[in-house]
Amino acid sequence: MKAYFRVAWAVLWKDLRVEWRTKDMFTSMAVFAVLALLIFNFAFELRVPDKRMVVPGVLWVTVAFAGVLGLGRAFITEKDRGSLSGLLLAPVDRSAIYFGKMVANLIFILVVEALILPLITVFFNVPLITLPLLLILLLGTIGFAAVGTIFSALTVNTRAREVLLPILLFPVLLPVLVAGIRATIGLLEGDTLNDLANWVQLLLFFDLLFLIVAYLTFDYVVEE
Amino acid sequence: MIPSRRTLNILNVLALAGMLVAIYMAMIQAPFAINLTETDRWAQRIIYFHVPSAWSSMLSFLITFIASIIYLARGGQKWDIIARSSAELGIFFTVAAIVSGSIWARPAWNTWWTWDPRLTTYTIVLLLYIAYFMLRNAMDDPSRRARFAAVYGIFAFLSVPITFMSIRWWNTIHPVIMSPEADFGLGPGMTRAFITTNIAFTLLYFTLLANSVRLAWTVERVAALRERILQVH
Repeated sequence: MKAYFRVAWAVLWKDLRVEWRTKDMFTSMAVFAVLALLIFNFAFELRVPDKRMVVPGVLWVTVAFAGVLGLGRAFITEKDRGSLSGLLLAPVDRSAIYFGKMVANLIFILVVEALILPLITVFFNVPLITLPLLLILLLGTIGFAAVGTIFSALTVNTRAREVLLPILLFPVLLPVLVAGIRATIGLLEGDTLNDLANWVQLLLFFDLLFLIVAYLTFDYVVEE
Repeated sequence: MIPSRRTLNILNVLALAGMLVAIYMAMIQAPFAINLTETDRWAQRIIYFHVPSAWSSMLSFLITFIASIIYLARGGQKWDIIARSSAELGIFFTVAAIVSGSIWARPAWNTWWTWDPRLTTYTIVLLLYIAYFMLRNAMDDPSRRARFAAVYGIFAFLSVPITFMSIRWWNTIHPVIMSPEADFGLGPGMTRAFITTNIAFTLLYFTLLANSVRLAWTVERVAALRERILQVH
C-alpha cells in the first residue's frame, strides 16, 4: 500500500514539476477561462435582471471548458515525447499512475478555479467564495478530473485527439455538472448544504463511482 | 452467441407477428382515453409506440454495457460485435422515441420541443452513443478499438440511469408511467395494449440484434477469408 502511494506520488510530483517549468497547461487554461468570463459578461450584461441567475452556469461552463482544454494536454506531451511508454514499462501498478495523473489534473483545475472565483466575484458582483460553495466545486472537480484523466488517455491514441475529448467527456459528466450547477444555484439562493443534501450525495456518489470504474478500466486503456 | 440462420428465421417471423399484434392492439383494440379532445385522443395512442421505443433504447444500452464488461473481462470478438450492434439499435430506438414524443408533445403541450429535464437528458443519452461511434471510428487497430469502445460503453451507461431518475428529482412536465404509485390512469384495456406493445418491441429489438450480430460476424469472417486467400496467392 505504501509502495502504491509512492508511485502515485512520484507521478504526481513529476507532473507538477513539469507544469511548474513549462506552465503550458496552466497558462492556456487560465487565459481561456478569463476570456470565457469576459465573453459571458458581454453576453449577459444589462440583459439579465439579476446576475445571480447566470453566475452558476457561467462558473461551471468556464470550469468545464477550461478544464477540458488542460486535460487534452495531460497525455499528449507524454505520448509525443515517448515518456508514456517509459511510465508504462515501469514495474508498478498502472492504476497508481492513473491516480498520480488524476490528482495532478485535479490540482491544475483547482488552481484555475482559485483564479476565476475572485474574478467572477468582481465581474458579476456575486460573492462566491464561501465554504459550502468551495466544497461543491471541489466535489465537482474531482468527478471531472476522474473521468477526464482516463478519457484523456483514451483519446491520445485516436486520430482526432483533443477534438474528441470534450465530445466523449461532457455527456458522461452530465450528472456531475448538473448536480454541481443545481447545488450552486441553491447556495446562491440562500439554501444551506443540508437543504441541498440530494445534490451533494449525487456528487459524492458519482465521484466515487467514476473513480472506481476508472481504477478498474485504466489498465485496458494504456495496454499496447 | 452467434445466432444460426434457423434461429434468425424463427425470430424474424415472431417479431413480425408481434409487431402486427402490437399495431392492432395500439390502433384498434385499445380504448380511447376519456376526458380528451378528439385530436388528443388520437395523439394519446402514441404512448404505445413512444414508451416501447424508449424502453428498447434503454435495454439496448444495457446490453452494450454488459457486453462491454464481458469483453474486457474475458475477451472475444463476438462481445465487441454485440456491444456495437446493440448501441446502433439503441440510437435507432432513441431517435424513434424522441421523434414520437415530439409528435405527441405538439397537441399535448402545444409545442414540439421543450427544455424539460427528461427530454434534455434523453437527448444527451443520444449524444453519448453518437460519441461512442465517433470514438470507434477514430481508431484503426481493431483490438484497441474494441477495448476503448468497451471502456467508453461502460462509462456511458453509468450516466444513463440519471435520465430515468430525472423525472423524480426535477419538476418536470413529462408524465411518469413506469412507477408503482402513478399508473397514469391507464384503464384495463389500455394496460393490456401497453404491455403487449412493450413485449413486441422487446422482441423486435432482440430480432434486430440477432440479425445485426450475425451480419457483422459474417462480414468479419469474409474479411478474414479474403486475407487468407490473398496470402496464399
